[in-house]
Amino acid sequence: MHADRSAADHERANRRIDMTGGLLDERSEHLLRDLAPQVLGAVVRKFRDFAAAEDAVQEALIAATTQWSRDGLPDNPRAWLIHVASRRMADHIRGEVARRRREHTAAEEAERLALPVDAGAETGDDDTLVLLFMCCHPALSRASAIALTLRAVGGLTTAAIANAFLVPEATMAQRISRAKQSIKDSGIPFQLPTTEDRAQRLRAVLHVLYLIFNEGYASSTGPQLRRADLSDEAIRLTRIVYERQPENTEVAGLLALMVLTDARRAARTGPNGELIPLAQQNRRLWDRQQITEGTALLSTVLPKGSVGPYQLQAAIAAVHDEAASAEDTDWPQILALYEFLKRMSDNPMILLNHAVAAAMVHGPGKGLELLSALDSDARLSERHRLEAVRAHLLEMAGDREAAITHYRIAASRATSVPERNYLVLQAARLSEILSADEANS
Amino acid sequence: MGAKEMKYILLMTGTRAGVDGYRAWSKNDVNAHFAFLNRFNKELSESGEFVANEGLAAPEQARIVKAGKDGVPVTDGVFPEAKEFLLGYWIVDVESPGRAYEIAGRLSAGPGPGGVPTCMPIEVRQIMSGRTDELT
Repeated sequence: MHADRSAADHERANRRIDMTGGLLDERSEHLLRDLAPQVLGAVVRKFRDFAAAEDAVQEALIAATTQWSRDGLPDNPRAWLIHVASRRMADHIRGEVARRRREHTAAEEAERLALPVDAGAETGDDDTLVLLFMCCHPALSRASAIALTLRAVGGLTTAAIANAFLVPEATMAQRISRAKQSIKDSGIPFQLPTTEDRAQRLRAVLHVLYLIFNEGYASSTGPQLRRADLSDEAIRLTRIVYERQPENTEVAGLLALMVLTDARRAARTGPNGELIPLAQQNRRLWDRQQITEGTALLSTVLPKGSVGPYQLQAAIAAVHDEAASAEDTDWPQILALYEFLKRMSDNPMILLNHAVAAAMVHGPGKGLELLSALDSDARLSERHRLEAVRAHLLEMAGDREAAITHYRIAASRATSVPERNYLVLQAARLSEILSADEANS
Repeated sequence: MGAKEMKYILLMTGTRAGVDGYRAWSKNDVNAHFAFLNRFNKELSESGEFVANEGLAAPEQARIVKAGKDGVPVTDGVFPEAKEFLLGYWIVDVESPGRAYEIAGRLSAGPGPGGVPTCMPIEVRQIMSGRTDELT
């Protein structure tokens, strides 16, 4: 038990995003990244130009990395960062003014520069939320929103984000500047959305955070280990939203979903990055602390009655996490939750998982029947999933030959190496059983 | 749930005759083609989709290396009967397969002699990811 825990801890320690090239200790780096959106908020309030302010803060963060590691933390790190970023902004504006050579603008800017630096902490919290709403605005492409959120709110460098998404730094820089251009073009104001917009805009924020989490979670193995910290970052940012909107049940639901899913991270792949399905995972590797946190979150929000898709998915994750073994899983409960979820969203992946739950409760025949309805669903972009589930249910039904065929079809359509290898191995495993049976008969 | 970025490799292949023909292009045609490729790469970078691009040295320099039955590798020139050669590739990170085909289409429409599109065949292949999404 103890050895398992320390393995999980070790894995966790190894997957921090190395944004400072190891220059800063963990505490200073956390401080820097917590301060990043607050500093940006203050600089945007002062200078109004979001795009330039965001660049200036990024430069200040990079300067802090070098100077703080050399001279130690300043007395007031927040004021230090605002001061450095403001100086960069002033340089930027002077450059702009010189370029335009327009007298009245120079006077106007000089006046603005004379304003005292707003170093008050009272607006810091709200600014982080305002920034999140801005960076996750539905007008931005998903890729742009993700990149900008990680930089402007997460305080990550462009290089670290590019590294996490395995694209060149220049490409990531372009995504960020496109995002900023979209914000400029659509005239999104730097303030909290109006009450009538609030719910829809919050959904967009949660969706971006969910995508960042998934990107890290799905890629947390083998050569792409470094990408795993994206899910830590998504959890950190969701926690920030939760602290500011504790009454919103879907925010709590998303946070619960993330920690309950993340709890299984150490167990979901083998030493060579091979996929281990839920039923075969070593449950002692699951992170009890995260499971406790997730279920506690859920038990505070579920009774409030406004149940949304994130809470339901979290509840499903909790049922899995609380089962002592795969056999102990409360499938009727999971099926009931998927029935609810189906009514809220007709996402084909939910329909697919619903079919699995139905098979576990009512037998594989029922599951296969539900799958046939998905055959013609053009939205199911990942067709290999459908075939993988079909193969699994055919195996449950005892039809090994058909199961082999469908595992192989699924393998031919898979777009991920670990998934393809897993599917090929399933087919090989069943083939061996079949030939052993033939030899014995 | 929700779509994710996908990486595709666009493979530009050509024939022996095509490679020989290209070497006889006029200065203007060559310049026009390079200007097009520069613009093409710049646009891909600006759209945040560029990952990599490389051109390969002439196929005459290619060698095929293959382990013999005794484990000792045998090196050989490219077999004369090989009709198609890989000339270069692009890797792009896009939001849909359709977008990858669109980019490949633009590449194939690049200018050849007299500004007429080369209509080079571009093989579009998805790059396998290391993702391990939950399999239920």
